[in-house]
Amino acid sequence: MAHTHKLEIFRGLWKFKSNQQKIWGVLVFLTFVTAIEVILGIYKPHVLMSPLLSPFEGGFFATLGNILFSPIIYMKTLNLIFILLTIVKAYYITWDFMHMRDEKGSLRKMVVWTAVFLICYLIFILLQEGGYVFGVYNADDSLIKRDF
Amino acid sequence: MDSTVASTGTEGKTWGGGNRPLGASYGKLMMWFFIVSDALTFSGFLAAYGFSRFKFIKEWPIADEVFTHVPFLHGQELPMIYVAFMTFILIMSSVTMVLAVDAGHHMNKSKVTLYMFLTIIGGAIFVGSQAWEWATFISGDYGAVQTKGGNILQFGEYVTENGEEKFKRISIDDFAVPVTGTRVEHERKNGLWFVDGASLPEYSVDEIYNGLASNPNILVRTQLINEEGEKTVLSREESLKQLKDNGQLVVKGANLRVNEYGTSLFADFFFFITGFHGFHVFSGVVINIIIFFNVILGTYERRGSYEMVEKVGLYWHFVDLVWVFVFTFFYLV
Repeated sequence: MAHTHKLEIFRGLWKFKSNQQKIWGVLVFLTFVTAIEVILGIYKPHVLMSPLLSPFEGGFFATLGNILFSPIIYMKTLNLIFILLTIVKAYYITWDFMHMRDEKGSLRKMVVWTAVFLICYLIFILLQEGGYVFGVYNADDSLIKRDF
Repeated sequence: MDSTVASTGTEGKTWGGGNRPLGASYGKLMMWFFIVSDALTFSGFLAAYGFSRFKFIKEWPIADEVFTHVPFLHGQELPMIYVAFMTFILIMSSVTMVLAVDAGHHMNKSKVTLYMFLTIIGGAIFVGSQAWEWATFISGDYGAVQTKGGNILQFGEYVTENGEEKFKRISIDDFAVPVTGTRVEHERKNGLWFVDGASLPEYSVDEIYNGLASNPNILVRTQLINEEGEKTVLSREESLKQLKDNGQLVVKGANLRVNEYGTSLFADFFFFITGFHGFHVFSGVVINIIIFFNVILGTYERRGSYEMVEKVGLYWHFVDLVWVFVFTFFYLV
C-alpha cells in the first residue's frame, strides 16, 4: 500500500522532509500554543480582561452590529483568544495526527461540516437559553430569590 | 436475470459499487462516523455546562481558585500547572500513537511495538493524574458553610504580600471552636430501627460561628462576582450576620450534592464531563493494550497491514481532541 503524506503545514510555510519530522513539528507547535494559553491563564493581563468594544446603542443597525460583532462585544478578549487557540489546536490534531490532510475532500467535508454545523447550532441554542434564564432570575421583578 | 437486478445507471461511476468513493476502508469510515457522533455527545455536555454557567454567570466558581494543587508541592497555590502537564502528557501520547501508525505503514513491527507501549504508558499517566485531580477536588482544602439558599460562604483575611493587599483563604480547621456534646449521630441502633442518618460534618455551624466571632481578622466571602471579576468579601458585621442568619451546613470538599468551591452544579459537571472523558481514556488504554498484544503476536504482520493500529489511533487522537476542549472550558475560560 502506498501512503502519501502531504508534508507541509501553515499553507506551505513550513515544509518537512519526512512524515516523522512533520509529527515532531506539529508537536512543537501544539506545545507552543498550550504554553501561551497557560501563561495567559496564569498572568491574566489586565488589558485582555474586558471586551474590545462596548455594545452599540441605537436602532436596528446597532442591534445588527451587536450580533455581527458579538465575540468582541460580549466576550472578554482573553476568553476569545483561548477559544481561537483551542480551535487552532483542534485543527492540527485532526489534520495531522488524524491524517485528515491526506483524506479525500469528500470525506473531510462529510466529517467536518456535519460536526461543525451541529455543534454551532447546539451551542447557540443552549447559550442563548442560559442567558435568558439568567435574565429571568435576575430581573428586578423576578419571583425567585436566591440571596439567602 | 436482468429483471431481478435493478439497473441504476451508475455502473462504473464513483458510487456504482466495487470501489471506495471516499478513499477510506470500511473500518476507518465507521471509526470516523463514531467519532462524529461521540463529538456531538461531548459538545452536548460542554454546551450544557455553558448553559448552566450562563444561568449563574455572576456566581460561577473561578477555576484558578479551585484547581491550585500540584502533587508533592503542598500548600502552594499553583493554578494551571498540573493540568498543563496533563495536557502535555496526552498530546505526547498522541504523538507516539501517530508515530506507531507511521511505523505501521513501513511494516516495522519493532517500532510499532515500542510506540504502542509508550502510548499506553502516556494514557496510564493521564488517567492516574485525573484520579489524583478528582481525589484532591473531593477532599477539598479550606472548607465552607452552605446557606439555607444553597449559597456558599468561604472564609479568609486580608493580608499584605509584596506591598499588595489581597484576600487569603483560611481553612475552617484553623479557627473553628469545638463545642462538645451537643450533636448526636443518628445510627441504626438509636432512633428509627435499621435506618442510618447522614454522617455528621466535621464541625457544626455554631462552632464555625464561635470561631469567626473570636477572630476579628476573619471575613466571609460570598460566591457573587463583583465588578473587578473577584468574589465579593463582606464586612465584619455583615460576615457575622450572614453566617448567623443563613448558615446551615458545614461542607468540606465537593461531591454531587455539595461543593465548597461554589455552586454545586460546577462539581456535578466536573465529575460528569471529566469522568466521561476519563472513561474514554481508560477504554482507549484497554483497546491499545489489546492492539499492542496483537502487534507482538504478529497478527498484523500476517495480515499484511497495520490498519487496525490506524483505526485505534483515530480514536486515541479523538480523546486528545476532546481534552483540548475540556481543558479550555473547565480550566481556562
